[in-house]
Amino acid sequence: MAGAALLGRLTWQVGEVMETRAENPRTRTLVVDLPHWPGHRAGQHVDIRLTAEDGYQATRSYSIASSPEDQHVAVTVERLDEGEVSPYLVDDVLPGDRLEFRGPIGGYFVWDVSRGGPLFLVAGGSGIVPLMAMIRHRMAQRSEVPVTLLYSVRSLEDVIYGAERDRLASAGITVVNTFTRTAPEGWTGFGRRIDRDLLVKVAPPSNVLPLVYVCGPTPFVETVSGLLVALGHDPGRIYTERFGATGR
Amino acid sequence: MDNSRLDGNAMAGLLEEIFPFEATTVSALCAGCGSMDVLGKEIVYADAPGMVMRCAHCENVLIRVVHGGGRYWLDMRGVICLQIPAG
Repeated sequence: MAGAALLGRLTWQVGEVMETRAENPRTRTLVVDLPHWPGHRAGQHVDIRLTAEDGYQATRSYSIASSPEDQHVAVTVERLDEGEVSPYLVDDVLPGDRLEFRGPIGGYFVWDVSRGGPLFLVAGGSGIVPLMAMIRHRMAQRSEVPVTLLYSVRSLEDVIYGAERDRLASAGITVVNTFTRTAPEGWTGFGRRIDRDLLVKVAPPSNVLPLVYVCGPTPFVETVSGLLVALGHDPGRIYTERFGATGR
Repeated sequence: MDNSRLDGNAMAGLLEEIFPFEATTVSALCAGCGSMDVLGKEIVYADAPGMVMRCAHCENVLIRVVHGGGRYWLDMRGVICLQIPAG
């Protein structure tokens, strides 16, 4: 594992939004040009700061969706209806707009191809964002580390990055969806919250020592990681990131 | 379960405003139970004034940070020792 390099203080820099992409009705990806970006590792996040005309500032942390190899930094933001920042990022920002960024931030919930695998990625809702950065990194590096992505989402309409599904399959990545509220018509796969039986069927067995990354809302992360430990997975190989509003 | 409970990843940016190193891979020795874990795995509550990091094993308060009025208050009474990777 890479050490905690002496980074110096985090500094804010201005980035220009190059492109926006709707991922689902509540979620949008912003592709940003950051000329002074020092590079990042898959799984890290970036802070975005908005300043109102009266000087009031709000900062939020978002997972980076792009791989370290991508030319621009992409963040995928889900709108929280009472949020101060996400409604603006999801509904109002246009290409050409300039926003303040600082990062990359974090070093615990990261994966590089040098860490190996097999990888078991478990996403709840928008928790898929940092996991997709790991998948994109693996693909950019043409790594053959086995990857299973288990993606728990309410309905087909809530799926993020659905358009990339075929590319993942052709890269040898196993994607398993479970729909927790409404399954699409004719769906024969899982249609419930993740439970022990589902993990027994989907997760690589504990004796192959998978590296596990779980990201989603707090109850989701704690349920899944608890079940995996009970199934014999090494807690030291389970990395977790709980999603939540962390504004200051 | 408590939705306001986050983890050390959520405190990474704030800690990096204070410390000149990436904090989530730093290990803390808990003054409450003697366990040692990386800060990325500890529990964080961000809905208090400031942020509170608690030990994932015994819930002892490890680190509290309040930021306001152009300064930081850093309370580390719950940490005996930080182990910082040398980069």
